[in-house]
Formats: sequence, C-alpha cells, structure tokens
Amino acid sequence: MIVNEQVAVDHGLKKDEYAKICELLKRTPNITELGIFSAMWNEHCSYKSSRLHLKKLPTKGKKVIQGPGENAGVIDIEDNDAVVFKIESHNHPSFIEPYQGAATGVGGIMRDVFTMGARPIANLNSIHFGSPQHKKTKNLLRGVVHGIGGYGNCMGVPTIAGQTSFDSSYNGNILVNAMTLGLVKKDKIFYSKAAGLDKPVIYVGSKTGRDGIHGASMASASFDEKIEEKKPTVQVGDPFTEKLLLEACLELMAGDSIIAIQDMGAAGLTSSSIEMASKGNLGIEINLNKVPCRETKMTPYEIMLSESQERMLIVLENGKEEQAKKIFDKWNLDFAVIGKTTKSKKIELYFDKEKVADIPVNTLVENSPMYDRKWKKAKLPKKNKIKKEDIKHLKIIDVLKKILANPNICSKEWIWQQYDHTVMGDTIQKPGGDAGVVRVHGTDKAVAASVDSSAVYCWAHPLTGGKQVVCESFRNLISVGAKPIAITNCLNFGSPENEENMGEFVECVQGIGEASEYLKFPVVSGNVSFYNQTKDLGIKPTPAIGGVGLIKDYKNMITMDFKEVDNLVLVIGKTEGHIDQSLFARTILDEKNGPPPEVNLFNEKNNGETLLKLIDNKLIKSAHDVSLGGIITAVVKMCIKGDKGINIKKPKYLINEIEYLFAEDQGRYIIEINNKDLKKVADILNKNAVHFDELGKIIENELYINDKTKVTIDELSTSNKSWLTNYMSK
Amino acid sequence: MKSSVITFPGSNCDRDMDVALKKFGFKNKMVWHADSELPKSDLVVLPGGFSYGDYLRCGSMASKSKIMQSVINFANSGGIVMGICNGFQILVETGLVPGVLLRNKYLEFICKNVFVKIKDKKNKYFKNVDKEVFEFHIAHNEGNYFCTNDQLKEIEDNNQIAINYCDENGKIVDQFNPNGSIKNIAGVFNKEKNVLGMMPHPERMIDTSLSGEDGSLFFKNLINNLK
Repeated sequence: MIVNEQVAVDHGLKKDEYAKICELLKRTPNITELGIFSAMWNEHCSYKSSRLHLKKLPTKGKKVIQGPGENAGVIDIEDNDAVVFKIESHNHPSFIEPYQGAATGVGGIMRDVFTMGARPIANLNSIHFGSPQHKKTKNLLRGVVHGIGGYGNCMGVPTIAGQTSFDSSYNGNILVNAMTLGLVKKDKIFYSKAAGLDKPVIYVGSKTGRDGIHGASMASASFDEKIEEKKPTVQVGDPFTEKLLLEACLELMAGDSIIAIQDMGAAGLTSSSIEMASKGNLGIEINLNKVPCRETKMTPYEIMLSESQERMLIVLENGKEEQAKKIFDKWNLDFAVIGKTTKSKKIELYFDKEKVADIPVNTLVENSPMYDRKWKKAKLPKKNKIKKEDIKHLKIIDVLKKILANPNICSKEWIWQQYDHTVMGDTIQKPGGDAGVVRVHGTDKAVAASVDSSAVYCWAHPLTGGKQVVCESFRNLISVGAKPIAITNCLNFGSPENEENMGEFVECVQGIGEASEYLKFPVVSGNVSFYNQTKDLGIKPTPAIGGVGLIKDYKNMITMDFKEVDNLVLVIGKTEGHIDQSLFARTILDEKNGPPPEVNLFNEKNNGETLLKLIDNKLIKSAHDVSLGGIITAVVKMCIKGDKGINIKKPKYLINEIEYLFAEDQGRYIIEINNKDLKKVADILNKNAVHFDELGKIIENELYINDKTKVTIDELSTSNKSWLTNYMSK
Repeated sequence: MKSSVITFPGSNCDRDMDVALKKFGFKNKMVWHADSELPKSDLVVLPGGFSYGDYLRCGSMASKSKIMQSVINFANSGGIVMGICNGFQILVETGLVPGVLLRNKYLEFICKNVFVKIKDKKNKYFKNVDKEVFEFHIAHNEGNYFCTNDQLKEIEDNNQIAINYCDENGKIVDQFNPNGSIKNIAGVFNKEKNVLGMMPHPERMIDTSLSGEDGSLFFKNLINNLK
C-alpha cells in the first residue's frame, strides 16, 4: 500500500503531523511504519494535549517509590511492603461492546499492576451511564457490570469498592474506569526500562490475533453514527489466560532473570517494545515471524497494531531462556524469543527476511507532538437565592425518600453483589462503605481504597470541582481510619480541540494539583481519556480520583454503621447551607445553575487530621463523610447500615432546616461517640479549632427530626435499596 | 492431620483454603493438577475458582485432570474429599456426587452471606457440631443445583443432602434460595458421605474481621472429627 497524506489522515494523524513524520524519517514511511507512528502519536499513547498540564501535578512525597511514567505508581507502606496502583479508562470500547469493553479494561489495569511484580489484591471501578430513561442505559449497565465481574471474579481478585452515576451527558459516551491495587516487596519491584545489549526480547502469554487493531486510535476519536462499525476494534478478554499469565509471571519474577517487563496494552507490541527501548535508551530488533499468531497470514502491520489481550514483553538476562520457558510451559502459555536489544536506538522489524520498519525510537517518543491547546477559563457562577416559598410546601420525609431513591444516591448492592468481593480472604470492609479495605495478607496492616468523582461540581466550576474530588477521596479514606497516602487519576473529558472542554481539563487538573499538594496526597499514576463525546457534545468533565491509604492495625478500622443506642452523633465541620449544585437543588428544586460548594483546603486537612486523632484515641464508634445529599442522607445511611435510628436536633443556626440537612458544604463528617467521651472529643476538636455540632442521639429503628417528624428506618431503607433492583428487573 | 488442596489452572481459592486449613491445625500441601500421585492425606480439597476458565462447562475439564484419577480412587476407598464451589462443580462432573450445577436462576453472579441449615449430622463434616444453622458466604455464577426426580428421591432417602439455603432461623423457604437450586440444596454428599460438594465458602469466614466466623466452627469441628 502506498502511503500518502490521505492514508495518514485516515490513520487519525493530522496533515502537519504527517509532514513531521516524513521530516523526521527523511523519507516517506511505509504502511507498517505509518501504523506505528499513528499508534504512538495518538492522544491515548502520546498525551499530546495533556502532557503540558499534567507536568504541574505534584507527584513526589516521602512515601512515593514510583510516580507517573511507569506501568503504575508505587507507594511505601512500611516493613518492605509496597502498594502498586493505577486507574485506567476503557470508555469507548465499553460503549461499543459493554461486556468485552469493561472486561478488558479490568484485565488491562490488572496487567499494569502485576507487570511491576505485584500480586493484585483489590479492584475498584468508577462507572458512569446516561440517564436511566435513555434506551441504551440499562443494557450498557448490565453489560458493563457483567464484564467487570466476569473478568475480576475469574482472576480471583476482590472488587472492593466503586462508584456508579447516571447523567444524561453520558447518554452517548459512557465511562468505565477500572483501578487495581497490588502488593509487592519493595526490593522486588519490576520496571519497564530495558538495559544491556543483545539481551533476548521475549513474548509471553496469548497468541496475537486481529482483534483490537487500532483500539488506541479509536479511543482517541469522537463518536459518530458509524460507531457500530468500530466493533472489531474492541478487544476480547480471556481472564483465564490472564490468571495463568499472572501466576507464571510472578513465578518467573521470584527469580532474578528479568531485566525489564512491560505488558502489551494499548497499541500492543508497538508501544510495549518502544517504551522499553526508549526508557533504556536502546534499540530493539524484532523478527515478526517469531511472534505467536492466532490467525494465518497476519501482516507486520497487523501484528504490530493488534491489541490482543493477555500478552507481555520481557527483556531477559542471557542464558535464562530455558529456565523461563519451563515456567510458561507449565502454565500452558506461549513463550517465544522474538528479538534482542541493540545499540542502534532504533526499532527494527523483520518479516520474511525483509526489513519492514526502521524507525529511530526518539522520533516516536521524545519527538512526538505536544500541543498547547487553546482553552477557556470558566467563570464562577452566581449564587442562587433559595426563596422561602419554594421550600415552604416541602415535606422533609418526602424529600428525603426521593433523595435516597435517586439513582446517584441509591444503594448499589445490585451491582456489587455481582462482584466477588471476598476472595483472597482479606476483605475487611466490603463495598457500600466509604472505602474498601483489605488486609495486607498475614500482617496487621490494611490498605484502604476509594474511587470518587463529582462531575456536576466539575461542570459548574472545574477548578473547585477538581479540588473537591481530591478532598472527597481524602475524606473517604479518613472515614475508615486510614491515613491517606497517594492518588491515581483518570481524567475523562470531551475534545481537547474544543476550547471549553480543554478549559475544563486544564482547570480540573489545576484543582486536583492544588488539593493534592496541600493535602500531601500526591498523584502517582493516571490516565487521560479525551474525546468523550458524541458529535460536538462533550460529557460533563469527570476526573475520577482513586485514593489509597494505610491502616496500621486493621483492628482499628472504622465502619459507617451506627453501633449503639444512646451514643451521641456529631457533625464535624461547619454547615454553611450551600445548596447550589446539591442533589437537593438539582432534583427537588430543579435548579441546575450556581456554583459548587466552596473547598477550603485548610479545613479539609485540619478536620480530617483531627478525626484521625480521635480515631487513634479510640474515641470513634462509627464515621462517614458528608457528601451528596448532605447531613441527613449521610446519617440515614449510617442508620440503615447499623439498623438503628436517630433523633436529630437542628443546632440553632441562622440557616433553615432544609438547608442544614441537605446542604453539601465540604470538609464534613458524621461521627458516633460514646456519651461519656463527649468531653474528651470536644476538647480535642476545640483544641484543633474544628467546628462541630451535636446532631442527636442514636435510638431504635426510627428517625425523628426535632422530636416531631417521624419515619421508620425500614421505610427509608426500602426507598434506598429498591430503585436499582426495580430498574434492572423491569 | 494431613490435607491436600489441588490447584487446577484457574483455581483461585486454593490459597484461601490453604490459609484456613493451616489456621485450624491441618498440615496442608498444595498439589498440582498435572501430578499423578496424591500425597498421604486425611482430607483432600478441590478449591473454588474458575478451573479452565469455566470454559466448555464449569468443572468439566478439571474433572479429567491427571490428579483426578487419584482423587477418585481416594474417594472410592473412603477418603474424605471436599469440593467447594468450583470444587463442587468438578465433583459433579466426576460423578462422585449426584446432580449438576446450572447457571444461577437470575443469570447473575452472586457474592453474599447466606444461611444454611445442616441437614445431616451423621458424617465426618457435621458430626458433633452444636449448631443447626450456619452463616456462610457464597460467590458463584453456576450454583443452581439440579437433579432428576429419581435422583432427588434417592438422595433424600439416603440423607445425602448436606445443607439447604434457609433464613436465619433455619426455615427452608424459596425467598432465601439465592440461585434457584432444587429444594434449596447448597451441598450434597455421595452415598457413603465421605465426599461433600457445597457451594458456600467456609474458608472466607474464619475470623471476626471477615464475613463471619462460622467457617472457623466448621473447620474446628472437621479436624476434630478426623482425629
């Protein structure tokens, strides 16, 4: 096939990018080379629109062993233990084919983690669907949940937490973000940097087929009406093979024969070989005839661009091939020496004894395009004034029931019951709490993880929204008694070529950066997903933050269920009555405008750290952060989980009852303490200048508000638990 | 007491079972599916997971593994063999226990705590246990136990039903049947009651921080009965 500008454009390259390729090569690329460039230079692999801004994120810290740039981030959790983790998007494939798209998303992120030598110990996910009324939503939700479960369950890795939301902006472009945590010994972490000359390059895992060709390019384009034609670009997952690959890799890693290892994810053999060569400042030579293929007559172009799953590339020490092969034979996996490292600093491919590609590695990596895209700064919207007559007729219990049954608040049990969340025998906090918690096997330590996003806040004001998501992650970890350590982010946005969408990206990233800097909660890994849009309409900006924290003694873990009648319930943090962008404003008042709640980083840090002190002093019986739906929603969830009730007394503030109960001011937690500890708790809170309200007392199974309004918790529980099950069974 | 846990390609509860057995005093060995000889054992466990990816039919390929001939011989000579979840599916495929396991009634994987009623105590697994209802944990996609009417009559007559799904008071009602199993069956024995296949995972309930402690009770009782 003759390569020209049109062919390049068909590969998703811009005309000037094609001109640059010709200039760098000093000739016209052949079709295989063009394919490689298009794969390496697309948004998904090159981060060409985001790199400039991502550089501003804080990525270092005392506990950070490895920041962004590797397969996943690594943090220190003491005693020579480290946690490897990352979140990644699989949005476009999941919309086209929900089961396989979501399944391979989960498979891909687990591979990123075990590539580094870590055994995966927990999966999380953040999934976002269109309006429940949209005709595709139900099937997409079912398919995605089945896909996530199908892969994770088979791998035997518990899915311990997640987040699901519905918003019409995802009608034509759902989001599926998968996160994995793995456990590794600090001195046994594996990296992707090749080293040494003439070292064998090994291919292991599944055979290469024609599936997923151009998957990464597809992920870098907007959707249009021809979307169904893209089905063949979706990869097909085989969790069974991945389980074997996991065990085989960990078995090989127990020895000392691996120099570098990299999974074949987006852009398959192309990006894995080039990344290893680039990091090691070396060249790699590959004989494509040696690549195990599933189908006949595959061309070099197809072999290099296939995104068949469950494959790895390894640079091995010389002479270790036989020993390594034995392990892969035992697990019934392909093992092939396909090439070697060279000093050429080029990627050189041979097929049928002919050289089919010859590209300097730096042209693909360092010289890849980087854009300073135009972007528009967002204005902070004006505050709305709630009119008395708007809320006068509202009955609190009716409102509460509506909020509890809202698709974005309701119990997601229907979803997480389909995920094996207890395999590996260390899950000590299951889905449905503030964060999932797993023990570090065989120790007293436990790792907590949570994944959060607040698209509505980010849409209303990206800078504030960006900060808020990081703070929410921080709060969720603290609520279970974990000390927050670091985050990973999955940045889901519309087109970077649209100034408003780009502006949302830039300012969300700025907000994330500011909050993570202030909270000493650095970003150690992440992924950017642009072009989440259908035609010209972008999704609401949805950065998802995955936070990880450590509990030194798992017996001190906190859960959110109310524990004992007569205990006191306090609200930590000041309630100002911010209703704009709250669930109450959007669903009850139908008011979609206004600014999101303000984020005060000092209060976030101070309130959170003070709560950790209370937990350390064993003064906390249960805790839960206040987020969507305000104080009342948080408290009712604690009642439902603990099978208890509460008598709430609104403190004597100027704001009215509705504002007090439904406002979504930030930096707040609900805590349960023993009556006799009140003085001690109050002293610590006062000493640290943390505002708190006494909210009420735990009673048996009923909710009272100021001694009058009364409803049983069972009734509220039904509102909360039935929506999703009913929706899915219709 | 010596135990062996078989690891098939795709097993993923093998380690959990190893941890549980050791915790309650077994000297456990992990045995690879391609081995032909079983180490000397007082108990053999086929663990949960997705042997061979559950491709073809759950448990069918694993039931033809090299080691299985030894396991079958061991069972036929009266050895104690327990299959949990995928292990149960493998057992039905070998024919060591009667019946089959179909896809869950609502076509969804289920992971949650359930209650089961101990149906028969005249066996090594439940003898002396001073509790009628256990809280166990299930995590499966194909746990819908089915057998023919003749088979059902036979296993009922021989008291081969080991446990039934029930409510917390031990009432065996349809509402508490998580997967559509015939007669709420959660586990069955072979005729001689030395082989037990069951869907629940006792190994996931071995301390208070996990889903519960009834698994501890089960293992403590089992090792005492084997002594």
